[in-house]
Amino acid sequence: MRFKLLGLFAAGLLVAACESTQEASDVDAGEGAAEVTDTVVEEVVVEEEIDPRSAQYVTEILGDRVYFDFDSSVINARAQATVKRWAEWMNDYGDVVIFVEGHCDERGTREYNLALGERRANAVKNFLVALGVDPSRVATISYGKERPSIEGHTEAAWSQNRRGVLVLE
Amino acid sequence: MKRTPFSIRVLPLLMLSLGLASRPAPAQLEVDVTAGQSNPLPIAVIEFPMPGEDATVGADIAGVVSADLERSGLFAPIDPAAFIQRPEDIGEDELPRFGDWRAINAQALVTGWVERKDDGRIEVRFRLWDTFGEDQLVGYTYRGGEDIWRRIAHKIADAIYERLTGESGYFDTRIVYIAERGPASARIKQLAIMDQDGANHQFLTNGANLVLTPRFSPTSQEITFMAYFNNTPRVYLLDIDTGRREILGDFPGMTFAPRFSPDGRKVIMSLAIDGNTDIYVMDLPTRRIERLTDDPAIDTSPSYSPDGGFVTFNSDRGGKPQIYVMRSDGGDVRRITFNEGRYATPVWSPRGDLIAFTKQHRETFYIGVMSVDGAGERLIAEGFLAEGPTWAPNGRVLMFFRETPVGTQTVAQLFSIDLTGFNERRVPTPLDGSDPAWSPLIP
Repeated sequence: MRFKLLGLFAAGLLVAACESTQEASDVDAGEGAAEVTDTVVEEVVVEEEIDPRSAQYVTEILGDRVYFDFDSSVINARAQATVKRWAEWMNDYGDVVIFVEGHCDERGTREYNLALGERRANAVKNFLVALGVDPSRVATISYGKERPSIEGHTEAAWSQNRRGVLVLE
Repeated sequence: MKRTPFSIRVLPLLMLSLGLASRPAPAQLEVDVTAGQSNPLPIAVIEFPMPGEDATVGADIAGVVSADLERSGLFAPIDPAAFIQRPEDIGEDELPRFGDWRAINAQALVTGWVERKDDGRIEVRFRLWDTFGEDQLVGYTYRGGEDIWRRIAHKIADAIYERLTGESGYFDTRIVYIAERGPASARIKQLAIMDQDGANHQFLTNGANLVLTPRFSPTSQEITFMAYFNNTPRVYLLDIDTGRREILGDFPGMTFAPRFSPDGRKVIMSLAIDGNTDIYVMDLPTRRIERLTDDPAIDTSPSYSPDGGFVTFNSDRGGKPQIYVMRSDGGDVRRITFNEGRYATPVWSPRGDLIAFTKQHRETFYIGVMSVDGAGERLIAEGFLAEGPTWAPNGRVLMFFRETPVGTQTVAQLFSIDLTGFNERRVPTPLDGSDPAWSPLIP
């Protein structure tokens, strides 16, 4: 939503620029631009749609994370739906290359959690590969318990920190 | 980062003759290290005079010796204000007035003198006395640059500890650890090093990259640790003196959980390939790699027995993390923890008789010790999170870190504790601290 508004604002600026810097000899272009602000709003929105290869698309449209149960790297039903969406997207945009980050909650030792995060990241990768994504397009990295998403010491925070995150390379 | 080169010459001091041959043999003065802090030994440490100079180094040395002994929990240094015989009244070639020391209940007395030599270095001569037996128990002369007076003090404290407990000392040692700051979600971590008592603190990395789990070489001034340089989590080797850093091996996957072998020639670590973590060992001179475990489970946190014959490690091959022992060639794997709870980070004692570990049970983390077959588990510290035990080189004292929730954030601090569970002390650090590793005795 915010991005659509930005698109309109940019179009308005363009009109202003034309009007202030162009002389009357270039009337056609000025009229055309003015028309856009009046009536062809839809066209502007389509042109400025979020790039599906952008980090913003991943976080705002696609959804960039899946969650895991305690000490588990099983891709549960809800996570499967997300990863399937990721696979379709990667199959649509064959040039996209990603990292999958594996993260853990703070209720484990540092080294065990590094291994667990690695296992989670690879569980996501394996699921993507099973859905037809070339493994060379998916790198993995584990952060163990080093980078919680939600700061806090409750199950509510921990359940969101046990995660796999898709990051564009 | 470069440390001042140093050397300390140590010479035994001749016993002062008492000429009291007819005196009945006194009961041997000794400290029972298993007795706990209920009866720490009262000891008097005089400020070492430095004749002819208006220097404080002698008092500084006495202060560090007293502080080391006090922190061990086994000694109770007596306030110098209570001394009857003044330090300057004790002649170096005379016996102390033992009665004056017994009168203030000092069972042991430490005397010493500092002298500046022609080359500018200092000579420190100390003697440990049994005030009831009226005997010199030990005495040494140390020579070195004045800038290393703290190390001389630690060596004196080690000599006293050794003579009175029968155990080797651990005061002339250093701690490498991770200094932490910032919010939990963007924590800044730096490799840092300090003396065992917190002095001479310095940072070894600048915090730009995440660094974890440093461990000392038992034989050289080197540290192995894990870091995310270039967003690539790998094991590194760092020469403390030169600052030279190198990645340890070129692996296709993440390497972590490194630890030196007892001879310092190998680094054992975890390598994750396609999500599966196993234990590998690298021979440092040849850089040859050997795989020790091959299991679809997580195998990590390996630690050698002091004779190098065995490795204890953490695995979830039984369904949840437990502690295992195998031969150092990877054979004969045995699980040793069977109690309730999740067990991790086993660390073999330098004496060989115990394994320290982290245990997670219900809402609490514990630091514990057990026999190498898993028997006799003893939990010695606990907390919301307590993790990562490391042994002092004498195998009597452990250090670990504890995280305490403060709102949504966490305070991380280092603590030392006797292996019997008494005398827990916070180890002060300028920032938060985690992942401590104790050095061997400095040569």
